[in-house]
Amino acid sequence: MTDLAIETAGLVKVFGEMRAVDGVDLQIPAGGVYGVLGPNGAGKTTTIRMLATLLEPDGGTATVLGHDVVREAAEVRSRVALTGQFASLDEDLTGMENLLLLSRLYGYSRAAAKARATELLAAFDLGDAANKQVKAYSGGMRRRIDIAGSIVVRPDLMFLDEPTTGLDPRSRNQVWEIVRALVGAGTTILLTTQYLEEADQLADRIAVIDHGKVIAEGTSGQLKASVGSGAVKVRVADPADRSEVARLLGESLGAEPVLESDPASVSLRVSDPTAVAGALQRVGDHGLVISEYSLGQPSLDEVFLALTGRPAEETQEKEVPA
Amino acid sequence: MSTGEVVTPKPAPGAGMDQRIIAALGSGERPPRASAVNSSLTFGWRALLKIKHVPEQLFDVTMFPIMFTLMFTYVFGGAVSGSPKEYLQYALPGILVQTIIFITMYTAMTINQDIEKGVFDRIRSLPVWRPSLLVGALLGDTLRYLMASTIVLVVGVLIGYRAPGGFVGVIGAVGLLLIFCFSLSWLWLILGLKVRTPNAVMGMAMMILFPLTFVSSVFAPPETMPGWLQSFVDVNPVTLLVEAARGLMNDSPDGGDILFVLGASAVLVVVFAPIALRMYNRKS
Repeated sequence: MTDLAIETAGLVKVFGEMRAVDGVDLQIPAGGVYGVLGPNGAGKTTTIRMLATLLEPDGGTATVLGHDVVREAAEVRSRVALTGQFASLDEDLTGMENLLLLSRLYGYSRAAAKARATELLAAFDLGDAANKQVKAYSGGMRRRIDIAGSIVVRPDLMFLDEPTTGLDPRSRNQVWEIVRALVGAGTTILLTTQYLEEADQLADRIAVIDHGKVIAEGTSGQLKASVGSGAVKVRVADPADRSEVARLLGESLGAEPVLESDPASVSLRVSDPTAVAGALQRVGDHGLVISEYSLGQPSLDEVFLALTGRPAEETQEKEVPA
Repeated sequence: MSTGEVVTPKPAPGAGMDQRIIAALGSGERPPRASAVNSSLTFGWRALLKIKHVPEQLFDVTMFPIMFTLMFTYVFGGAVSGSPKEYLQYALPGILVQTIIFITMYTAMTINQDIEKGVFDRIRSLPVWRPSLLVGALLGDTLRYLMASTIVLVVGVLIGYRAPGGFVGVIGAVGLLLIFCFSLSWLWLILGLKVRTPNAVMGMAMMILFPLTFVSSVFAPPETMPGWLQSFVDVNPVTLLVEAARGLMNDSPDGGDILFVLGASAVLVVVFAPIALRMYNRKS
């Protein structure tokens, strides 16, 4: 399938002095999950809001499912759904009432709306909470009812804006399962997240956004490969041995050892993973004890650090109120 | 924190959820687009549901009118008109107008809360006739105005108010008031769309409403005020609304006043509705 679900060229949005989105070019294929990754305030939400026709771009063009987001906004709206931190349900109403409301707005008759709402509540394990106000829902239930509200009419494309921010691990796994189910049923999903693990787990392709610009794009594997093939992490039994171990490993692997904040850990980027076994053996031969080691692909955290020169998690700028 | 409850084992939440979700998605045929009338009525229904779930919001609608009516009648009545009873005859139509006009600001509060909570974005991403959210909200508000009007009138009658204009006159006055308030609500929508937080909306609305309602003929005859103030009172639309309502309720309807109120309402809608709709469509 070479169809594009979303295509943008030079998309720009300016709030006052600040260029929140500063020339974003995206080609998002139909089917699967496309991840937009970036720290708070990077311009992810603003980009989504433009694609969902909630905000008019100040420059550039965007087509969603073949329709221009400005000139054919109504066409776009009838085929997409928006869920996320900023597109929510009425928390004073019950789950049932919210879904009835949305079903009626989508054009269902009274009876059909009732049937549809009941079906969705059951599918999302919310049957028991149907008559509770949404404000009494837990974080995970809240996210499920939000997503249920977005598939009242099956959308061809769904925008999921930071769907797991603030969720506990179990609820997060449930949301991931739902996302996979939606993709399995043929819906394209554009997902924004600030969690690298989430993009890694779900997204087929990822765009990394920072300061309103796309700074990297590709599959998770491609992004990682752009940093190096992998990293070895070693933890020594006695922190006093660390500098000696670091020196030996650095020599054997021809790489710069990085002393981690954990006083017993050292990591090195390796270009040839097969050399690692020999290097560890050599450390043992010197009578130094290694308690743990791991060899893996670089995490997206490292990718982010390599791309932006700062770690993803530490950039807690405030999201632009949009 | 043991409560001693017996916990019945349940299947793990989410078990088989993906299959059920795929099934629920698969059956989603596309219904015909909702008509403008239907979507507006659906939003009106939402306003009713909110009254049902948050009855506290009716507190202002019910307590303010009772408080205002009793307070003004017994505190100012003797001083202004010689006796509370006579003052009530003069002031009740004005109190009615003032109460309802104050309630109109909740239009701004409601829309502002929707924006803050993200409901607004969700709704705007739906394929519905876009103004229906606003029209539906105004329909719900009209119901609120009607409830508050009833309360003021009932309290008034209980403490001795009698309308010479009779039932027809009172209905006419309330009808005129609802038309004016519906039109004024478009101005509140603009405020609600523009201002950042519900609290700020409240503050700004008070700044507009206090002078507009108090510096009018609601509580005292303008003849008793200094000349410079009278000139404002005379052009204040609230004065003319009060005079028109008073005329209808006192069985001396003044066609000129009524026409002015209808005209002012039309102007409010013509000027502010397009601005509100434009802001609503482009809200960032």
